[in-house]
Amino acid sequence: MMSLRRSLFVLVAAPAFLLVACSGSNAAASGELSGSLSGTGASFPAPLYQAWFKMYHDEVNSGIKVNYDSQGSSKGVRAVIAGTHDFGASDAAMKDSELAEVDPQRGMLMLPMTAGAVVVAHNTDIQDLKLDRATLADIFLGKISRWNDPAIAATNAGTTLPNAKITVVRRSDGSGTTYAFTNHLSAISSEWQSKHGVSKSVNWFDGALGAKGNEGVTAGISQNKYSLGYVEFSYADKNNLQTAALQNKAGKFVKPTIASFQSALAGDPLPANMRLFVPDPAGDASFPIVTYTWILAYKNYDDANKVAILKDVLNWCLTEGQKHSEGQGYVPLPTTVTDKVRAAVNTIKVTANG
Amino acid sequence: MSHEYQRMTLSRPPTRGEVLSDRWFRWSTFGFGVAVIGLLIAILLEIGSQALPAMREFGLGFLADREWDPNKNDFGILPQIWGTLYSSVLALLVASVFGLAVAIVISQNFLPRWLEQVLKNVIELLAAIPSVVYGLWGIFVVIPALRSLLAWFGVPPSEVSSSMLPAALVLAIMVLPTITAVARDAIVSVPVKLKEAAYGLGATRWECILGVVLPTAATGIFGAIVLAFGRALGETMALAMLIGNSNVLSLDLLSPGNTLAALLANSIPEAGGMQLSALMYAAVVLLFITLAVNIVGSLILMRANRNLLGGHA
Repeated sequence: MMSLRRSLFVLVAAPAFLLVACSGSNAAASGELSGSLSGTGASFPAPLYQAWFKMYHDEVNSGIKVNYDSQGSSKGVRAVIAGTHDFGASDAAMKDSELAEVDPQRGMLMLPMTAGAVVVAHNTDIQDLKLDRATLADIFLGKISRWNDPAIAATNAGTTLPNAKITVVRRSDGSGTTYAFTNHLSAISSEWQSKHGVSKSVNWFDGALGAKGNEGVTAGISQNKYSLGYVEFSYADKNNLQTAALQNKAGKFVKPTIASFQSALAGDPLPANMRLFVPDPAGDASFPIVTYTWILAYKNYDDANKVAILKDVLNWCLTEGQKHSEGQGYVPLPTTVTDKVRAAVNTIKVTANG
Repeated sequence: MSHEYQRMTLSRPPTRGEVLSDRWFRWSTFGFGVAVIGLLIAILLEIGSQALPAMREFGLGFLADREWDPNKNDFGILPQIWGTLYSSVLALLVASVFGLAVAIVISQNFLPRWLEQVLKNVIELLAAIPSVVYGLWGIFVVIPALRSLLAWFGVPPSEVSSSMLPAALVLAIMVLPTITAVARDAIVSVPVKLKEAAYGLGATRWECILGVVLPTAATGIFGAIVLAFGRALGETMALAMLIGNSNVLSLDLLSPGNTLAALLANSIPEAGGMQLSALMYAAVVLLFITLAVNIVGSLILMRANRNLLGGHA
């Protein structure tokens, strides 16, 4: 019964793979591939990666198992430097200094797999809260501490603002979400840049509540009346948190939606190494805080089977997998981007001497 | 006569097998004992060696610096040390009173025997609840309850969130079983004849408890509090969820704070380079605080013991 269903799947799926995997050599045999891969790294895209790898295992090739351990971006980077895993994952790609530490024989590819947005959520009765750039930075610098501050009133004319303290909730653990958020704040506020800069964890002002993980910040916001914080979009979306419209580079106030995230990513083309941050995207419809997240794979592996599996899995994620991104709260990448990433995936090869 | 008797039953030389198994047992227990000490030393060396770069870089100023800024490689743990001690002391203040009261109630024939047993087991069950569950309970029950309670005293609800107060209260409940169990053992082991003597002299039940039982059991009760202090210092997850993880140095009960254990739990996964080393340094500091508490505790216990013995003489 199972095998009948599986072979039906192979029948249906195999032609798709022929189209998908350009290198072709192993793709036709995808049904016969078996083995496992292990990866570790970023927790920001972990729900999507785990869903992808499970879907791939269940629907495409049950002989292949990809284990992804969500340990954080820094672990992902250190794992590929030390060579303990087959691939890593990082929300902040890799710095040049980190790339230099990788075994030059193996080389490193930074592959954008999906993108996410960081949104500002709040627990108030204010409908359609709008925050301009200076106000956003000042709230997180601790300079604006009450909801009825004139700076907030200026962009929310006609709304009654509560006379209450703003409880700022932020991440207490190091995270790619904080990296993307501070990357934007640094782009829009010179004070933020000189005081805190861009980092996975920063020294917040006294009184900003630290909570662990996106789920912790989400709980912190929903439990504390008059609180405000930043979370990855899917958390705000799934928990029905109110989100603020933020002012983008063009001066427009934009609500967080998948379309506004895609618009933000459409602006800049990927550079050759595919490490691109968009701390302050252009375009009228662009939501200002979006980020790619990367899988870190070697250019060379000494195991031919692993190369075949990796190519097959990553190609699936970049084509079929993208259709499932939105359901998980992540941004499907435009084909202009995925084409480029897949071209890079297909350059992965087996080391000659083994 | 008794000499005769012993010869008949016991006085035969041990067989070779008995000698060997006895030796083997002695050496293996010795080996395990040494292994435990070796493990501790290995852990200390490992943490210490990883902490070395931070120790060189920051020296003792690390303990007095208030900033923790991974982006600027500027690290100090004064607020975390303060938060660790402050939250533990607050928790102990609450837990000692309640723990001791419970220990007295379930050991001095106030209740039927079966009910004493039930209560004792229920309180010991508190120790089996995972830390993360306490944390969630704190977020979803304790903080909202505090919010409505403090509203009576005119504190606006939006001012009450993750902070020292809910953290210390939940911590108090977490260390309650330790205090109750150890203090109860100490109270139960007070010789019955002492109590009977007190009653014989015409003492009331409360005079007997306060004047005879508690002073006699004081050493054990103190031991219970020291053990609970040690447990409170190292408690991680529930505090990380409740304390607000903000590097604030304040006596204010409603101000968020941070602890060493929470700092480690929050920062280790994404740490690298100097930050990791600074975290290891913080771990060394936490180890030494716990060690110091235990040493001070033992010293006071020794003193208390000496006084007690002196009293008997």
